[in-house]
Amino acid sequence: MQLIQQSKQESLPKSKEINQPQFFPYTNNQGSCLGICGEKFAVLATDTRMSMGYSIVTRNATKYLKLTDKCVLVSSGMQADIETLHKILKARLTIYQNQHQKPMSTPAISHLLSRTLYYRRFFPLYTFNVLGGIDEDGKGCVFSYDAIGTLERVRYSASGSGSALIEPILDNQVGFKNRGDITDKTGFLEEDEVVELAKDTLTSTCERDIFTGDFVHIFVVNENGVREEKFELRFD
Amino acid sequence: MENYEQSFNYENCLRNEELTKQGYEKKKQRKTGTTIAGIIFKDGVVLGADTRATEGYIVADGNCEKIHRISDYIYCCGAGTSADTENTTALISSKLELMRLTTGREPRVQNALTLLKQYLYHYHGYVSAALVLGGVDFKGPHLHMIHPHGSTSTLPFLTMGSGSLAAMAVFEAEYKTDLDEESAKNLVHKAITAGIFNDLGSGGNVDLCVMKFQNTQFFRNFDKPNKRKFSRINAYRFPKGTTQFLEEKVTLLRKNLVIENLDKNNNNNDNDNNDNNDNNDL
Repeated sequence: MQLIQQSKQESLPKSKEINQPQFFPYTNNQGSCLGICGEKFAVLATDTRMSMGYSIVTRNATKYLKLTDKCVLVSSGMQADIETLHKILKARLTIYQNQHQKPMSTPAISHLLSRTLYYRRFFPLYTFNVLGGIDEDGKGCVFSYDAIGTLERVRYSASGSGSALIEPILDNQVGFKNRGDITDKTGFLEEDEVVELAKDTLTSTCERDIFTGDFVHIFVVNENGVREEKFELRFD
Repeated sequence: MENYEQSFNYENCLRNEELTKQGYEKKKQRKTGTTIAGIIFKDGVVLGADTRATEGYIVADGNCEKIHRISDYIYCCGAGTSADTENTTALISSKLELMRLTTGREPRVQNALTLLKQYLYHYHGYVSAALVLGGVDFKGPHLHMIHPHGSTSTLPFLTMGSGSLAAMAVFEAEYKTDLDEESAKNLVHKAITAGIFNDLGSGGNVDLCVMKFQNTQFFRNFDKPNKRKFSRINAYRFPKGTTQFLEEKVTLLRKNLVIENLDKNNNNNDNDNNDNNDNNDL
């Protein structure tokens, strides 16, 4: 370890010390989002704060995309890349709709997103996504990603600046981890229960994470379509 | 001149220098966000502060106290590393108290200012305390700010910390000379609120301190603009036995308890008796 660091220091060319104009293509606008899957529904939520450093850029950023009547995407990371990604996906889905005369299924969209991200493997879109909805069988589904397209179908997921605070709550409340009182660990929560949990989790997150706050957009995707709700967090 | 060398322990400095040479990353100090402000009004000084203490991007304490008492009529707001602000103000506070007792006079604000700036200048900015010092003595109201390097400025209204720009914007727009007490309080409250809402390093509640001649009022949590808006009722109940374990072993405390009689007359309890706690498996 020491040797590696030493050799790194030694191998640095002297010219690096000279101030050169540098290229910083990324900024992190922070924010948190989460997705929880039920038996026949999925709940997705994202806060609306967009920040740069210690300042708030806007309290009403749009970090979600309603892809179909059965699928919603929530993202955090760099706002410019989020908007670009959403634009690309929207266009791809319109093309699909025109070619096939039907909307794309949620699992298909999950792969489309994965490929869209991996396409930029060496100059990634700086976005952390959670996709959710109901699949062809009407079952709830949530997909979790990293910035370069790793795809995993999960029961719940969180991403963004508050993810480290959200994930353990979901582990315990949705994944029933460390719960000796619950024998059936594969069970699902009810819809209103999940919505309440999402609200409470994000309310608690913004008590401790300075980048999460202002409002939350909550989406409930079930057989009746997508229901949207806006919910207030703290503004400090 | 006091001998400051006696106050800190530098034992690990050489070791850390050596470790840095070996390629270990140097430990960075964390910047802490704050909004503190003060103004002079007709009869005295108003100081204000937010209550958020951060550790990186995490709120370490949502309702901490940033207005410190120096003496009965001198208070000081602190921004920067919280340990530095607390200890610096406490040190100067005790120095002034000793001075008050030896001279039999109330310490002046100028006195506190000189002690603070000399102390901070001595450490060349390594004691990272940015302070807003306010108080009223027989010469009238005083308001000063002290930078971590020891430079000071004296102004009728001033702000410090990461939220200083937001708070100063309010002062620049609305400050007038000879404000009455109520409007002075409202103005500082507004400035701190601007910091709380527009700076991510600041947040929580508003603390205020109003100082007039021989009269100090400290308003802890003067305003609470960030109450929790949502809470689940009767959720998260964990019945007994929720946490599972692999092994259980019950040790009776009484068995390992050694009762010694401290009575002088019965003190010749043979110590060998205490050795029979071999079954101590804690």
